[in-house]
Amino acid sequence: MSIAISVEGLSKSFAGVQAIRNLSFAVPKGGATALIGPNGAGKTTVFNMISGVYAADAGRIVVNGTDVTAMPSRRRIRTGIARSFQNIRLMPHLTVLENLLVGQHVRASSLLDLLTPFRLVPNHRWKREARAALEESGLGRYADETVSGLPYGVRKRIDLVRATLAGADVLMLDEPAAGLNPSETHALRDHLRALLGRGLTLLVVEHDMKFVDSICDNVVVLNFGEKIAEGPLSQVRRHPKVREAYIGVEEEA
Amino acid sequence: MSGYLTGVLVVLAFNVIAAYAVYLPLAAGQLNLGIAGFMAIGAYTAAYLTNEMGWTILPAVVAGGAAAGLVGLVVGLPVLRTHGIYLAMATFALGQVISAIFLNLDVVGGAAGYPVTEYAPPAAVFGLAIGVVLFMLLLSSTRFALYLAAVKGDPTVADLLGISVRGIQAAAFTLGAIVAGVGGGLYAHHFSFIEAQHFSVLLSVFTVLYVLFGGTQTVWGPLVGAGFFTLVPELLRAGDQYRYAIFAFVLILFMAIRPQGLVTTAMLRLRRRAGSAA
Repeated sequence: MSIAISVEGLSKSFAGVQAIRNLSFAVPKGGATALIGPNGAGKTTVFNMISGVYAADAGRIVVNGTDVTAMPSRRRIRTGIARSFQNIRLMPHLTVLENLLVGQHVRASSLLDLLTPFRLVPNHRWKREARAALEESGLGRYADETVSGLPYGVRKRIDLVRATLAGADVLMLDEPAAGLNPSETHALRDHLRALLGRGLTLLVVEHDMKFVDSICDNVVVLNFGEKIAEGPLSQVRRHPKVREAYIGVEEEA
Repeated sequence: MSGYLTGVLVVLAFNVIAAYAVYLPLAAGQLNLGIAGFMAIGAYTAAYLTNEMGWTILPAVVAGGAAAGLVGLVVGLPVLRTHGIYLAMATFALGQVISAIFLNLDVVGGAAGYPVTEYAPPAAVFGLAIGVVLFMLLLSSTRFALYLAAVKGDPTVADLLGISVRGIQAAAFTLGAIVAGVGGGLYAHHFSFIEAQHFSVLLSVFTVLYVLFGGTQTVWGPLVGAGFFTLVPELLRAGDQYRYAIFAFVLILFMAIRPQGLVTTAMLRLRRRAGSAA
C-alpha cells in the first residue's frame, strides 16, 4: 500500500504550550482518512504544519514521497497536496470563476501564462475547465457571482472545487461539513465520493461522526496534541482513551 | 480645442498616469506614499538625457521609466518586507529622500529648478495616457491582475496556492514605479521646467486619493478618481472660492457613502447583467 502523507515524530509548541507532541501517522493513497479529536486537540495545527503555514519544531513530513518538512509553503502544492479551510478563505470581491482561475495557478505559472490576457479570449481553456468543474459539482449557475454574496454552503463547496483545480491528488479538508444543512452535507458527501472514485486521497478534519463514517475508512484520533488511537471508526469508538477524551472520566462517588 | 481645455486635459492625462502608478501596488495591497519620488526620478533622468546627452524625447522618457523601475525594484524588495502603516511610512520616507536628493543635486539645477529644452506637445501626453489606460485594461485580463487581487485579499491562501506573494508585490511595485517614471519624464518635457519641490509628498497623497476615491477593486477606479479630482474643481469654478468648500463637501460625502470607492466589481457586474438582460 503506497502512502500519500507520512508524518513522523511531529512536534510543535507555541510560547511554551505543546500543541503537537511526537505525532506519527500515515495517510494511505486513494482512501479517506479522518483526523478527529475534541476541540483544541491540534487537528488544524497538523493541517497547518503539513501545508507549511507553521514550521515543525521536530519531526518529518513526507508528501507523495517528497520530504516537505523544510520546504517553503508555496512550493508544497507542487508535491500534489492542496487544502481547504475551516473558515472559508475565498477572495470575497472576486467571482466564483475568478477564484477558481487563481486556484489553477500551479498548472499555469509560466511568465507567458501570467501575462497572457486570456480573459479577453471567449471560452479560453482555463475558463472552460473552471466552468466544467463547477458544472460537475452542480454549482455552474454561480460561476459569475461575486463570492461575498453567496450562501455559506455554496462557498464551502467552491473552496473544495478550488482545491481540486490545483491538480493535486491529495486534498486536506478542514471541517468541510461544518455549518452545512442536511441537503448540503448530502451533496458534499456525493462530491467527495466522486473525488475518491477518481483516485484522489482525502485527509479530513471533521466533527460530524456520521459524515466521517460515511466517507473515511481510517481515523486518527488526537487529544492534547497526541495520537490516542488509530483505525476504523467502529474500532476507535470503543477505545477507552477516545471515550475518555470525548465523554470524560466518570468520577467515583 | 481651446488652450484652457487643452490645459485641463493635459493635467487630467498626467493625473491618470500617476493614478495607475499608485493603483498597481495598491491592487496588491501595498500603499506607495512615495510615488512623487519615482516621478521625479523619471523626470530628472529624462530631462538630463535630452538636455545634456542630446537624446530625443522618446528614448529619454523610456530611460526615465527604466531608471524609476530599477530604483523601485532595488528599494522595493527590502521595503516590501514591511506591511500596512510601516510600508506607508517607508515609502513616504523614500519619496522625501528622493526629492531631497534632487533638491541638492546641482547638476540638475538643485533648488533653482531645471529648465528642459525639448518640448513634448499635448498630443504626446494624451497618447501616453491612452497608452497607459490600454495597457492597464490589457493587464486586467491576465492572471497577473487576478493574482494582485488574490495577494491583496488573502496572502496566506495565495501562497498556499503556489503564488509567489513577494514576487507579485515586487512586480506590482516596480511596474508602478515604471509608469510613474514614464509619466514624470513626459511631464518634464511638456512643462519644460522641473523642480524638486513639485514632487512633494502632497503630490503622492493626492494621487493616492484619486485611486482610493475611484476604488481599487477594478481597473476603472483610478481613471474615474483622477477624472473626478481633475474635472469637478474645474466645473465648480463658477463658485469662485466656495468651490473648494463645495468640492471638500462632495468628497467627504462620497467617502462616507462609498468607502470602497466609486467603482466596484459588484457595480460593474450589475451593469453587465443589466446590459445582457436588455
